[in-house]
Amino acid sequence: MQLALFIIFGGLALAGALNLLFQRHPINSALSLVVVMMSLAVLYWSLGAEFLAAAQVIVYSGAIMVLFVFVIMLLNAGEEEKTHGSRAAYGAGIPGAAAIFCLLSFVFLSERDALGKVSVGGFLGNAVDNIAEVSATLFTKLLLPFEVTSILILVAILGAVVLARKEQ
Amino acid sequence: MVPTAYYLILAAMLFSIGIGAFLIKRNVITIFISIELMLNGVNLTFVAFAQMWHQISGQIFVFFVMVVAAAEAAVGLAIIISIFRTRQTLNVDEIDLMNS
Repeated sequence: MQLALFIIFGGLALAGALNLLFQRHPINSALSLVVVMMSLAVLYWSLGAEFLAAAQVIVYSGAIMVLFVFVIMLLNAGEEEKTHGSRAAYGAGIPGAAAIFCLLSFVFLSERDALGKVSVGGFLGNAVDNIAEVSATLFTKLLLPFEVTSILILVAILGAVVLARKEQ
Repeated sequence: MVPTAYYLILAAMLFSIGIGAFLIKRNVITIFISIELMLNGVNLTFVAFAQMWHQISGQIFVFFVMVVAAAEAAVGLAIIISIFRTRQTLNVDEIDLMNS
């Protein structure tokens, strides 16, 4: 059952990513990224990260992608045109990305047995749920980083307002 | 039962497609979208390794990556809006103020 889940949603994520690469219009790329994120949420759930699956849907495909789509529509971005720079990037980009992928998958496949297997619900096993574990760690051991993040968000809000403001 | 290596290979695929899109695309918004795709690929790696080691720290790391990505998206899109306002284009080949 887990293998079927992995094949369906992993394939969906891969199809979305390839569609992102091949579409010319930014709005199509943004919507394919939503597909990728939703299928990744299912994969997170199957890896025993229920909290992250919910956060992925709410934060990533909810908040961040709405911001992207909003900006694309605000700037009325059209289809991108091919230029000289894009031909140079094709020559270097495709083989480079393929080489990185081959290197990574060679390492993962050669260490395949050491990496072990994944089964649904086999993450913690001792009747501790995922959200309790995450929040216990986040609010005791990692309290300072958590509070620093809120300052980061505050600074980001101020920065966004200052940068996007109309010049007088 | 799925080998953890399959999840890691899927993450590597997403990351490499993100790199390819980052290099090929000429629209600054699409380049930004491919950065998000790369972040998602890395997040999947973190969650898979958290599962493998039965540790929660990998998931906490993904949580922080999400927060930083949200902040980055807000600031980056504001920069894109101000670029568009001054130069009237989203094509990265035409945004070459520091080149000329």
